[in-house]
Amino acid sequence: MAHKVGYGQTLKEWIFTIDHKRIGILYLIGSLAAFAVAGLMAILIRIELGSIGPTITNPQTYNTWLYFHGAAMILAFQIPALTGFLANYLIPLMIGAKDMAFPRLNALSLWLFWAGIVVALLTFVIPDSPDIMWTGYPPYSLRSGGNTAFYVFTVHLMGFSSIVGGINLITTVIYMRAPGLTWGKLNIFVWSTLGAFILQLIFIPVLAAAVTMLLFDKYIGTHFFDPSAGGDVLLYQNLFWFYSHPAVYVILLPTMGIIYEIVATFSKNRVFNYKMVVYGGIGGVVLLSGEVWIHHLFTSGMPDWIRLGMMVSTLMISIPVGLLMIGLIGTLYKAAIQYTTPMLYAVGFIFLFLIGGLTGIPNAMTAIDLAIHDTHFIVGHFHYVMAVSTTFAIFGSIYYLFPKMTGKMYNETLGKSGFIISFIGVNVTFFTMMIVGIKGMPRRYFDYQQFPQLEGLHFIVTIGAFIIGLGALINLIAWIHGLAAGKKADDNPWSSRSIEWMTTTPPPPGNFHPIPELSEDWHPYGYGNS
Amino acid sequence: MIRKIINVICLSFLMLAAASTSYAEHEVRGFGKIPDLPGGWQHLFNEMLIDITVIGVIFAGITIYFLIRYRRRYAGQEGRPPRLSIAAAIGWALIPAFIFMADDLYLAAEGWTLFNDYRTVPENAYEVKLEGQMWSWNFKYPEGVETVNELRVPAGTPVLVRMTSRDVIHSFFLPDFKVKEDLMPGRVTYLWFYPKEPGEHLITCAEFCGVLHSSMRGTIIALPKDEFNKWIEDEKRALAEEEAKGGA
Ligand code: HEM
Ligand SMILES: [Cu+2]
Ligand SMILES: [Cu+2]
Repeated sequence: MAHKVGYGQTLKEWIFTIDHKRIGILYLIGSLAAFAVAGLMAILIRIELGSIGPTITNPQTYNTWLYFHGAAMILAFQIPALTGFLANYLIPLMIGAKDMAFPRLNALSLWLFWAGIVVALLTFVIPDSPDIMWTGYPPYSLRSGGNTAFYVFTVHLMGFSSIVGGINLITTVIYMRAPGLTWGKLNIFVWSTLGAFILQLIFIPVLAAAVTMLLFDKYIGTHFFDPSAGGDVLLYQNLFWFYSHPAVYVILLPTMGIIYEIVATFSKNRVFNYKMVVYGGIGGVVLLSGEVWIHHLFTSGMPDWIRLGMMVSTLMISIPVGLLMIGLIGTLYKAAIQYTTPMLYAVGFIFLFLIGGLTGIPNAMTAIDLAIHDTHFIVGHFHYVMAVSTTFAIFGSIYYLFPKMTGKMYNETLGKSGFIISFIGVNVTFFTMMIVGIKGMPRRYFDYQQFPQLEGLHFIVTIGAFIIGLGALINLIAWIHGLAAGKKADDNPWSSRSIEWMTTTPPPPGNFHPIPELSEDWHPYGYGNS
Repeated sequence: MIRKIINVICLSFLMLAAASTSYAEHEVRGFGKIPDLPGGWQHLFNEMLIDITVIGVIFAGITIYFLIRYRRRYAGQEGRPPRLSIAAAIGWALIPAFIFMADDLYLAAEGWTLFNDYRTVPENAYEVKLEGQMWSWNFKYPEGVETVNELRVPAGTPVLVRMTSRDVIHSFFLPDFKVKEDLMPGRVTYLWFYPKEPGEHLITCAEFCGVLHSSMRGTIIALPKDEFNKWIEDEKRALAEEEAKGGA
């Protein structure tokens, strides 16, 4: 590995780095650490639910696990992995820039994120751990003996980090593109991440306001959400979901983006109908995402007319999302598909997302939702559509970028077996979970004595969770093995046309020496043009 | 000309009136015509299940076909995608968009009718008040009787439950009747259900409400009408006796 001046490997040089690639890798390490702890919580939760009656813990501890699992998976794993790691690592490379527009600001957003991780982890050592679930609904979050402030500060730190990162990234894409890289030649991942950050900038302040009001209500004595003093409990839910529903698109968009990169690269094919994907798909999601939050409040006692209105607008989101799927599947048409580990993860994503997206339709239908809202059906659905399909995209992208990041190749056999086991595991777990939910089992239950008939199905779900755990372990082994014993990687092991593969492996400080020259007919997906 | 405009306006008012009477009819559903909510739910759910299975099978089938058919055959092979003309590109965006939209509107229309049934309380429903608290369900009958975690109702009569909460949010969930609605402090919400036959049904809480959330459960006991009447009379008498004692 070529050691350039000023690019050493000491701890100090990593901590004080302002290089976007290192910042990206530090984001990745933080989010994988969060994934490991939150995943451990998931396994513990599933052991508890494997049989009726208290199995390994008490309700208080169980609720803390569940709180941590949900909050950490979303706030500390997925959003940072997508908009922290992938965006930071890839985007300057993809647009042929030397770095982000504001490298020091970038370091700030990284360290805000790490501070958030530390605050989140403190959950386990303080005596009054939060147990308010990642949604933190009042009045429970106000009355709970758990430390709601921890939740609020975690959200603040992560949110602030995202806003700073978002401004930086949008500026970078607008001003730092390599000469000749026009808007019509941007990678889908760049477009989709841009869309995600626009959503973040619009909606995060709303979430920050909501949780700040929670903090004031609990510790300062305001009464925003206290009906006995003129407040309103539904106000919080509206504010919360006004951000948190768009947040699932903040997760979805970069996920789709990276899947497009992987699929195009390993199909050696042009993205099908690029403009439809950008304008119809990504643009449509950005436009519609703010119009659907009430579908989280279909059983909350909102006025009937708005429940009906938001049923229609929620169903409409299937149009841009459907276009994104058509673009993805169309890219496979007349392709030359090579089945590497990242491609398997991308293919896995297509099927998981299909199941997840389609099972969203019943939830969107107000009348159907009256029976399945807040049951394990919803939990199964959103794990398909967001939790595991995005996790598949993140894992696939780690394999995809592994050679570029480390200069080493991973072992395909290890990678593929990790994929196959995980794929079996998630389907066993989450499909069964949806069935459990249709049979009436509510979510966030420590125990289910009133549903004795569901014990067998719950046991299957738990077995599935263990299979997923095994898959995750194999992935970890594959990465460590690749780092320690992998073969040396070429600059462009996947023969991609995209700019990030035009530099040396791993990329030097400043990324490109010289900045790549893009010919008139160059396109990141210009395959099969001969 | 002006006449024509007036005619059109009158006609639209007539149509509005017609529409509103059909709505009014909808609202004053009496006995015998009580909509079957769980049945309607199951029907719509099945319909939707078919709908999403068809879409899923089409998408998955095409994907699997492509994945097998277009495997890479030799190193360095590249795809040979067709070039889309502008018309084809627009068509590939608009036609699927309209198909999805048509399906969405179809499902929305179906869902709309059922939702109206859910929210339109049948006439002569038996009205019970429910107050939730951590962690029990407190019922109050029109006769003044009160019960905890056990709701007795006359079979064959629709039941309207008006709900509120003493502390945090709870959610009154009746899996057998396919219906739930939240209870909140400071607000009153409602739902109705129809226990056709005598029997017992589970009540369970569907909104996280603290340590004993999963133990917050109860039973609906639908009794034959005369049995129910006898029970409520007994309870009323007991109540009166107690009050007399307390008052003395
Ligand atoms: C690794 C496999 C996973 C398993 C076995 C698993 C399992 C579970 C279980 C059993 C629940 C609780 C259901 C309930 O009673 O409400 C849950 C909730 C949740 N999970 Fe996962 N999960 C996994 C991965 C993920 C991932 C990758 C995410 C990323 C977003 C995620 C996000 C969530 C969220 C947001 C909740 C809701 C927490 C709440 O109710 O506050 N999970 N998961
Ligand atoms: Cu409750
Ligand atoms: Cu509850």
